[in-house]
Amino acid sequence: MSAALALGDDALVLSHRLGEWAGHAPVLEEEVALANIALDLLGQARVLLSLAGDEDELAYLREERAFRNLQLVEQPNGDFAHTIARQLYFSVYQHLLYGRLAAGDGEFAGLAAKAVKEVAYHRDHAEQWVLRLGDGTEESHRRMQSGLDALWRFTGEMFQPVEGLDSPESGVDRQALESGWLAAVTDVVERATLTLPTGPRSGGWAAGAGRQGLHTEPFGRMIAEMQHLHRSHPGASW
Amino acid sequence: MSSSTDWPLWEVFVRSRRGLSHTHAGSLHAPDAEMALRNARDLYTRRSEGVSIWVIPSTAITASSPDEKDSFFEPAGDKPYRHPTFYEIPDGVKHL
Repeated sequence: MSAALALGDDALVLSHRLGEWAGHAPVLEEEVALANIALDLLGQARVLLSLAGDEDELAYLREERAFRNLQLVEQPNGDFAHTIARQLYFSVYQHLLYGRLAAGDGEFAGLAAKAVKEVAYHRDHAEQWVLRLGDGTEESHRRMQSGLDALWRFTGEMFQPVEGLDSPESGVDRQALESGWLAAVTDVVERATLTLPTGPRSGGWAAGAGRQGLHTEPFGRMIAEMQHLHRSHPGASW
Repeated sequence: MSSSTDWPLWEVFVRSRRGLSHTHAGSLHAPDAEMALRNARDLYTRRSEGVSIWVIPSTAITASSPDEKDSFFEPAGDKPYRHPTFYEIPDGVKHL
């Protein structure tokens, strides 16, 4: 139950953040690409949240503290490079995680097998952009590096155990996941002529984070916008 | 949305599931060929229209000019014997 909520909230919240690019992306082609990724994630969120309860109720009627997503995915879009940094960190993690879940024998094996193809594309999209921005102009290099640096401290949370997900049959091994993630991200960052951030990946403050329902300040604003329509017009439909 | 992109234009050709050849689907902007392929995937195959994509820089295409329309195409207009319909089909021919 809590694992479905954790994975479902990751997908839902990141989907909403990416959806915020609609009408604002640097070029039309990229706007469609980001919207496509957002829709893939929304599809995953619907399946996962339905496993945890009523999808609409969970998405639109929960308070901030009841959300179990990673703090990484709720971070504001920033500039395009900042969004791409968030995409790189998350999609590499999600790709490795879903690959392991799909190969395992747990309750998420089926949906992970379907989602892993979508996520492979999200990862490729992020990697392609990190390479081009990092190895592009002086300005794009600077922005890409600053995105990677700013979000680095949120990446440690991805490797904290999740209740119901880290069982032996699920196929998830957090340590292998983390070393695989670090190797993959390091490889892309170095090929893009960028520098892997050196700061801590999880703070010394250990009161918990997104998975425990503790979120960063911008998240409240985000869910207010996400839930506003449903709360103003309960049960409205198109 | 910025219109000041200096990305080159690419022509996209998509082969559909049952099609034998790639047909022109449209055009898009992208910084390079690899990104053009990905953009084409997002723009032209998201409702599973295709199984294969080609992208070609628009500048690599040499097109006939509208000014040459008369000399290019009109001479063919009054030569119906170039069409297979000009010939009568012999009675013995089946399965045509």
